[in-house]
Amino acid sequence: MSDVTTVVLAGVGGQGTILAGDVLAKVAMSEGYDVRLSEVHGMAQRGGSVVTFVRFGQDVLSPVVDPGGADHLIAFEMIEAARQLPLLAPGGRLVVNQRIVPPLPVLIGAAEVPEGLEAVLADQGAIFVDADALACEAGSSKSANIVLLGAASAGLPMAVETWEQVIAGRVPSATVDANLRAFALGRDACLKGACR
Amino acid sequence: MTRTLLSGNEAVARGAWEAGAIVGVGYPGTPSTEVLENLVRYEGVRCEWAPNEKVAAEVAAGVSLAGGRVLVTMKHVGLNVAADPLFTLAYTGVGGGYVLFVADDPGMHSSQNEQDSRRYAFAAKVPMFEPSDPAEALEMTRLAFDLSEEHDVPVLVRSTTRISHSKGVVELDGGRREAAPRPYRKDPAKWVMVPANARRRRVDLEERLARLAMHAEASELNRMEMRDRTLGIVVDGAAYRVVREALPEASVLKIGMVHPFPEGLVRSFASQVDEVAVVEELGPFLRDLVVQAGVSVRDVDIPRWGEVTPASVRSAFGLPAAPTREAVQGLPDRPPLMCPGCPHRGVFWALKRLGAIVTGDIGCYTLGAAPPLAAMDSCLCMGAGVSMAHGAALADPGRPVVGVIGDSTFAHSGITGLVHMAYNGQAGTVVVLDNRTTAMTGHQGNPVSGVTLSGEPGAALDLEALAAACGASWASTVDPFDLQGTLEALREAVAEPGLAVLIAKAPCALLEKSVNDPVAVDEEACTACGACIQLGCPAISRAESGIAQVDAMICVGCGQCVQVCRFGAIVPAGPACDLGGNAR
Repeated sequence: MSDVTTVVLAGVGGQGTILAGDVLAKVAMSEGYDVRLSEVHGMAQRGGSVVTFVRFGQDVLSPVVDPGGADHLIAFEMIEAARQLPLLAPGGRLVVNQRIVPPLPVLIGAAEVPEGLEAVLADQGAIFVDADALACEAGSSKSANIVLLGAASAGLPMAVETWEQVIAGRVPSATVDANLRAFALGRDACLKGACR
Repeated sequence: MTRTLLSGNEAVARGAWEAGAIVGVGYPGTPSTEVLENLVRYEGVRCEWAPNEKVAAEVAAGVSLAGGRVLVTMKHVGLNVAADPLFTLAYTGVGGGYVLFVADDPGMHSSQNEQDSRRYAFAAKVPMFEPSDPAEALEMTRLAFDLSEEHDVPVLVRSTTRISHSKGVVELDGGRREAAPRPYRKDPAKWVMVPANARRRRVDLEERLARLAMHAEASELNRMEMRDRTLGIVVDGAAYRVVREALPEASVLKIGMVHPFPEGLVRSFASQVDEVAVVEELGPFLRDLVVQAGVSVRDVDIPRWGEVTPASVRSAFGLPAAPTREAVQGLPDRPPLMCPGCPHRGVFWALKRLGAIVTGDIGCYTLGAAPPLAAMDSCLCMGAGVSMAHGAALADPGRPVVGVIGDSTFAHSGITGLVHMAYNGQAGTVVVLDNRTTAMTGHQGNPVSGVTLSGEPGAALDLEALAAACGASWASTVDPFDLQGTLEALREAVAEPGLAVLIAKAPCALLEKSVNDPVAVDEEACTACGACIQLGCPAISRAESGIAQVDAMICVGCGQCVQVCRFGAIVPAGPACDLGGNAR
């Protein structure tokens, strides 16, 4: 199905990947696409690796993504970016939050983060975004997920107004302004930076 | 007509509401939980969390007896608990439509096994529908109510993780259709399953099944899609969309009603294609049914465990894989872990110092088995944390045995185990981790918190009084954020000659989102001893120099690490964003 666009969101439980995937799916639906979103809840949410698939196009069949099947990988931190890299097609677009959330084996000294992880990702064409700093700049440390959507949106076909509409309807009402700023900061960072 | 994005679980809720269900009842369990959480938002449906799935299935049987349409929800392992009423309900049949929604978890994303609920439909002799996406989940749930009343039988609707937790575009064209009233009618021959009546209903059930088999042969839920006739795939559930993606040219017999199995339709399909293969998750089950129907099957190499993916189907049929990027080697695993500020952490820190066998249970606290705390020795099923503690104490009386169980799990199946321990008079210790919620499945109320699904206040179990009523000689409540106090209470409980019940009571860190300012490490005072690291808090790690560091973006300022630091090196700090966020 060549007309289908496949996006993978990868992060750590608690980082807001599920909300981000939901926003993306609703934006695609609002623009008239068929959409399938798939995610995994439960134990993985407690600080484990979490992956959400969003596929949109004329007619989307499987909600599941195969290795090499994603056009976009939006990674909420660098270890998960590297872990899910095989899902990204060789010509795909890689947006990465430029931080590391160390997993427990690293925290307790039982494992290490590989040397030069950032360079490996850069070599794979990563577009880096300092989403946590931009989230704080936007006014909410919890809006890093929306910053990343902003960055990813620069490579997706949906209109800015649709994104803004869906975000405003989906985040807690007290944080709408901060999240809209977060989206704009992420998008601008990407458009003005190393974005392809 | 409204176009909307629904998950499979949201669609099941919508289908039950449209069908005129007046009651929804279940026990939370991933991936089934959101059905009732959505159904409760509709007008005209009373929704309740039951303490367990057996109670839910029985409450539903009462609704049906008195003429109401009812939806029961649970995950696959919950159907084991509800199996007792279900098997006999097949005999009695229904009054109002009775639909039992069960969600399986191939791949065990959040489960302790990957049992296949399709087998229950055959074993209990009740029909089963299998949707393949949210739109079908809505439609099939609605149809299940009609089928239930038409054929006087409970109906199972089976989902899996990739249906329950997938979202798709659904066209809503129907509103709620109030079901025709089916008033209660006294009918002991149908509802009182003493042997004389049960024998008659047993024969009647076979007659109902024969009629259902004819229905299945003609049902639109079982659908032939004829394309290239060299290969025909028989497929059910989530695997249908995967097969359509992987083998777009193949003819497909899509099974949407798996029991009674449409054998004639399968033979008809087989006669129209050169070769038949079966693609399913957790097989061979559908495959064996096709073979029993007298069709010869090309066996393909689909794994018997986990989820079916387009790639695994392509590989099974000898098709090439897509080009991929190379995997990055040497990445650390990322197992799930207790949240920052989790009250369970303090209990496992204390248990580790006790040298006890710790029998655990199902919930977030199962993570207490993982390093560095590694303070739990078993996890089997709901309630086993209590009952296994008793068994282990019988076999190894020389050391302390502590059974650990969460509040919701205790209400689900822990109380009967406690009764057994007290009744049989062996000493033992039970710790109830009362975090005021059913945390793992997304914070549902439960009989211990007294928070109900409808929002009306419910009675909250008094755990100390319950323990005393069951026969415990010692019961006490402790704040698990007080680490030393928790350790002392545990030592006292273990030393108690009779049955001791300790309640560790503090709300889940995600329940009350009041986050304190983070703490920071005084680099001068820190001796790099590692005591705080041993708490396994995701906010704490070692800097390159070996001393501790705290990630201000993650820390919620719960203060557990402050208590384990003998050097006073962990101190309050300002708000996270003022600290510049993550230091790395």
